[in-house]
Amino acid sequence: MTTKRSPEPFVWLLFSSGGMVTALLVPVLLFLFGVAFPLGLLPAPDHAYLASVVSHPITLLVLFGLCVLALFHWAHRFRYTLYDGLQLKKYSVPITIFCYGGAVVGSIIAAIVLLRAL
Amino acid sequence: MPETITMEVWRYRPEHESEPTWDAYDVPLRKEWAVLDGLNHIKDQLDGTLSYRWSCRMGICGSCGMTVNGEPKLSCSTFLTDYAPGPVRVEPMRNFPVIRDLVVEMGDFMAKLPAVKPWLVSDDEPDEDTEYLQTPVEMDDYKRYSMCINCMLCYSACPVYALDPDFIGPAAIALAQRYNLDSRDAGAEDRRDVLASAEGVWACTFVGECSVVCPKDVDPAGAIQRYKLTAASKAVKDLLLPRGAR
Repeated sequence: MTTKRSPEPFVWLLFSSGGMVTALLVPVLLFLFGVAFPLGLLPAPDHAYLASVVSHPITLLVLFGLCVLALFHWAHRFRYTLYDGLQLKKYSVPITIFCYGGAVVGSIIAAIVLLRAL
Repeated sequence: MPETITMEVWRYRPEHESEPTWDAYDVPLRKEWAVLDGLNHIKDQLDGTLSYRWSCRMGICGSCGMTVNGEPKLSCSTFLTDYAPGPVRVEPMRNFPVIRDLVVEMGDFMAKLPAVKPWLVSDDEPDEDTEYLQTPVEMDDYKRYSMCINCMLCYSACPVYALDPDFIGPAAIALAQRYNLDSRDAGAEDRRDVLASAEGVWACTFVGECSVVCPKDVDPAGAIQRYKLTAASKAVKDLLLPRGAR
């Protein structure tokens, strides 16, 4: 039994906060933009109004935080799905690089997309 | 209600057979009989060679853990009538090496348990004349985790332990939390090296089966999740704060 401290707490914090933020915000966004606006249940905001909301620094920050945390939540969960579900733990180094690297790449893409809204 | 029920019992006698086999026995089906009573009937009346562990018959000693129809159960508190008309399949607990019939080898847990120091650690020499008082509220913090009877059903149910036998495991972590959360204890930092390691709480993926099968409602999965938050906040403090301010 080793007693070496694990780097796991940091990715676990991203995973758990990502799970909570995603569970709170994504259903609301999906309902509004996937159901309520297209079906006319709620009056849809026009493009110019939405563009001005999205280009506000606080909205950008919230959306960027949501993207980053959701991606790291996915990375952690998918890593353990591959480890335990598919029993691929012997490939832990490439799996770790793929999962968290994918989250980093996704975060960069999210930042670029969001900055374009400015 | 039928008068008898068939018990299919997993048999492994290493001196006779290289592979485990099943033996079937018809035992009386009585309202008050648990699986353990059925096994005792087999041992006393039908086949004296059957081996299994048991002691108190009342869910306190934690000796009679077995796999009953695929689920980890204390055989003394699992009733035959719940499985009527049968058959009832009784196997040894999973995730442990089998010594003989329903008797498993628990040495792995016994080796891991002392690593989490499941006793009150005190900073100074205890004074024999002093009582260490504790309020009911302080006791409530850890009481649930103190109900563990070391029956090993949680290890038997844990899919992580099945894949990674180095995992310290649900009961050992719950017992560590039983002392970490005790107002009289000063050993949390000593336990941290083991609990916050890769084989400690971080190996757990929160499947939660340990808490489902626990016969004493200890909730080891909850203990592990609580410690993950403790360990994570300590790790962040270690990273951000200067040594003196932690």
